Amino acid sequence: MSAPLIIFFVLAALAVIGAVSLILQKHPIHSALSLIVVMVALAGLYLLMGAEFVAAVQIIVYGGAIMVLFVLVIMLLNAGEEERTDFSKLAKFGGLPLALALTGLLAAAMVRHGSSIPNLETPGALAPTGQLSTLLFTTFVYPFELTSFLILVAIMGALVLAQREKS
Amino acid sequence: MVPTQYYLVLSAILFGLGVAAFVFRRNVITIFMSIELMLNAVNLSFVAFSQSMPATNAHKLDGQLFVLFVIVVAAAEAAVGLGIIILTARNRQSLNVERVDLLKL
Repeated sequence: MSAPLIIFFVLAALAVIGAVSLILQKHPIHSALSLIVVMVALAGLYLLMGAEFVAAVQIIVYGGAIMVLFVLVIMLLNAGEEERTDFSKLAKFGGLPLALALTGLLAAAMVRHGSSIPNLETPGALAPTGQLSTLLFTTFVYPFELTSFLILVAIMGALVLAQREKS
Repeated sequence: MVPTQYYLVLSAILFGLGVAAFVFRRNVITIFMSIELMLNAVNLSFVAFSQSMPATNAHKLDGQLFVLFVIVVAAAEAAVGLGIIILTARNRQSLNVERVDLLKL
């Protein structure tokens, strides 16, 4: 077993354990910390594939900014353990087989049709960040400008939603 | 050397776990986090497909740019969604999704 394969299995196990822990933890703050584990493991996988810029963005934006926002909101609302109801038992018996079926279907499709996909380029072949930025500012310049507009709208929406009504 | 298939199967498993978390959990913040998990799973397959292309292909890096756009949209979604969560939690005094039933008959 080669070294990249071992690293892959370690990171993949870390990601799956984190995702399972996200489901099983009762307290939202523990779920948030498990999600951070998943995101860091995925960043490691991106590095393993040679997508260094995506890995850096994953750590900074997902592991940093977005998860800080989540943890902040959990602490702000003082979220406690969630309560169980009759409906959540229904979700357990109805939802578990359906989620398993979906996973099986997706994985089977990947295995069946994935063999025609060529394997990853030689390890160490990094995706050039310079090319990525050139592409971003030429071919994809309109979507790029649209995202800046989207962020502006999101900031305004978050401000309007979170402010207290004056009465 | 890791086959591309492995990454795709891992992506499918993570997506399925995200769906399961979405169905099982009753806390609105955890449900929101499971959406982020599903987005991450899709990002993983985007990067795997992108990196499996030959270096001569002109569209090799498109998949990684899509990932960047997905991350931007996820960040905007998190900002607005958490604003909505704060608002509903303030009005309902609860984070349970079943307590938000104003539109229910």
